[in-house]
Amino acid sequence: MKILVPIKRTLDAYIKVRVHIDNSGVDLSNAKMAMNPFCEIALEEAVRLKEKGVASEVIAVSIGGDKVGDQLRTALALGADRSIHIKADDDLESLNIAKLLKSVVEREAPGLVILGKQAIDSDNNQVGQMLAALCGYPQATFASRVEMKDNLVEVTREVDSGEQVLELTLPAIITADLRLNEPRYAKLPDIMKAKKKPVDTLTPDELGVTLRSHLTIESVSEPAPRKPGIRVHSASELVEKLRNEAKVLP
Amino acid sequence: MKALVIAEHDNKTLNPATRSLVTAALQLADTVDVLVMGADCNPVAQSAAKTNGVAKVLLADNPACKHQLAEALTPAVLQVATGYSAILAASSTTGKNLLPRVAALLDVAQLSEVVRIEDKDTFTRPIYAGNALARVRSADPVKVITIRASSFEEAAVDGNAVIEPIAVSAVQQMSRFVSENLNNSARPQLEAAKTVVSGGRGLGSAENFALVENLADRLGAAIGASRAAVDAGYVGNELQVGQTGKIVAPDLYIAVGISGAIQHLAGMKESRIIVAINKDPEAPIFQVADYGLVGDLFEILPELEKLLA
Ligand SMILES: Cc1cc2nc3c(=O)[nH]c(=O)nc-3n(C[C@H](O)[C@H](O)[C@H](O)COP(=O)(O)OP(=O)(O)OC[C@H]3O[C@@H](n4cnc5c(N)ncnc54)[C@H](O)[C@@H]3O)c2cc1C
Repeated sequence: MKILVPIKRTLDAYIKVRVHIDNSGVDLSNAKMAMNPFCEIALEEAVRLKEKGVASEVIAVSIGGDKVGDQLRTALALGADRSIHIKADDDLESLNIAKLLKSVVEREAPGLVILGKQAIDSDNNQVGQMLAALCGYPQATFASRVEMKDNLVEVTREVDSGEQVLELTLPAIITADLRLNEPRYAKLPDIMKAKKKPVDTLTPDELGVTLRSHLTIESVSEPAPRKPGIRVHSASELVEKLRNEAKVLP
Repeated sequence: MKALVIAEHDNKTLNPATRSLVTAALQLADTVDVLVMGADCNPVAQSAAKTNGVAKVLLADNPACKHQLAEALTPAVLQVATGYSAILAASSTTGKNLLPRVAALLDVAQLSEVVRIEDKDTFTRPIYAGNALARVRSADPVKVITIRASSFEEAAVDGNAVIEPIAVSAVQQMSRFVSENLNNSARPQLEAAKTVVSGGRGLGSAENFALVENLADRLGAAIGASRAAVDAGYVGNELQVGQTGKIVAPDLYIAVGISGAIQHLAGMKESRIIVAINKDPEAPIFQVADYGLVGDLFEILPELEKLLA
């Protein structure tokens, strides 16, 4: 069974976001970029399934400009067997991403596609579900546990009310939540070995997908700052302020 | 213009987020219908029908809809979608699971976690964990949107809409519900609570988390947690507040032993009053706190509890 893992290049999760003063977008010039943390978790899960002997091959795929090559090399160092770079703009809409991935799914026929549940830049939380819809596959989003059972996969999902366990037929789409696993770090020998692993490139044309724009970002602004607060010096002062100043306690 | 609101519920009670969805939908259309999909969920439809501004409640009561799996609900939504220029759901795990699947099959974009409706084509939504707000214009004929319920007032409860049962074919063999493990706490629900007390890694252990619970009970508050506290097993995942957990905006949010990472702030910085209790005066949580108290939580929490007795 092949596992396909789509990967997004995003601003590093611990870098402070700066909005351009002309409100045209977020300033990414010279910013530290990384693999989206949820994609790292998705990839780790795929690699573990291969190490358990359940999967035969892990294929990483990323869509974007030349720089996504960095994240694909990281994916290869972390255990992907080969990778596919779909050359396109960096900020494609979710639906276009899902259409491109569907075309890759048709070529590769993976048993599972594991994605991150959301990207920490656009915070959309859409691609996995859209891909499942376009392929006509079942989906288990927000996964915190994945277990293969013959020709089924059992997934525990983190939902608002607690946890839910589902069983899906294969092929299936899974999106990874934070507690699915703790991703490993790439070791130096693996980084060296990754350089020899194959990276294929494809274009939307070659995949037979016509990209279409549905959304226009008119502006990006910073949220209004909160009014500066004050320091209180004791529990009793705090209670007094909450009662008499903020009036949030009876 | 007609809008369709997908009711958020657990087959027994209507989640009040649905009433916020109706408020949002009325900003997009003059006729708003609510779709209730579930099993044995008539009480939910009754309650939805009382929401002010709702024209009609469509009730798809079908055993195959019981667990609200996306594979079962999507065909039901598509079946009724014709004629609606907007389809709205809560940005809950159910809504986020369902709506992208619906949007893809309608060949339209989906807008996630909308916090403001500028006009019928233009929406504002947070990106980068709420560190930026994007104003997005959609060219699609149908807007498929998840709404951050806390950003919209709940519609009043004095309506009297008709309930129209509909037959849907929701049977599917791709996914099967196996089991669930629900948080059956008697405390107020986190997303809807007026007061939230959240604990972080500073609590140190699941046993110590009782300090947070005791304070919450004194205040009639819901409990929340940081990712670190959930990862360490102090509390269940359903209590995580943040970019990838729940987004809350109570009147009072008390953060105890939480450093204030951007991903946590994303889930609570719209709260009206924020209190931070942390022993590190440099902790970033103090930058968003209205009232900051520097000190040891193991001394401060018992004192607060006594003062509020
Ligand atoms: C992709 C991604 C998504 C994430 N999503 C979320 C999310 O949704 N929600 C979330 O919360 N986090 C999220 N995180 C994690 C986030 O970055 C932080 O790691 C996390 O919020 C830290 O939790 P904490 O504040 O409890 O722990 P810490 O950062 O370790 O802070 C503990 C605090 O407790 C204080 N403390 C310790 N002892 C005491 C004492 N005795 N008295 C008083 N204070 C004390 C310390 O001074 C410290 O400030 C995410 C991270 C990533 C990468």
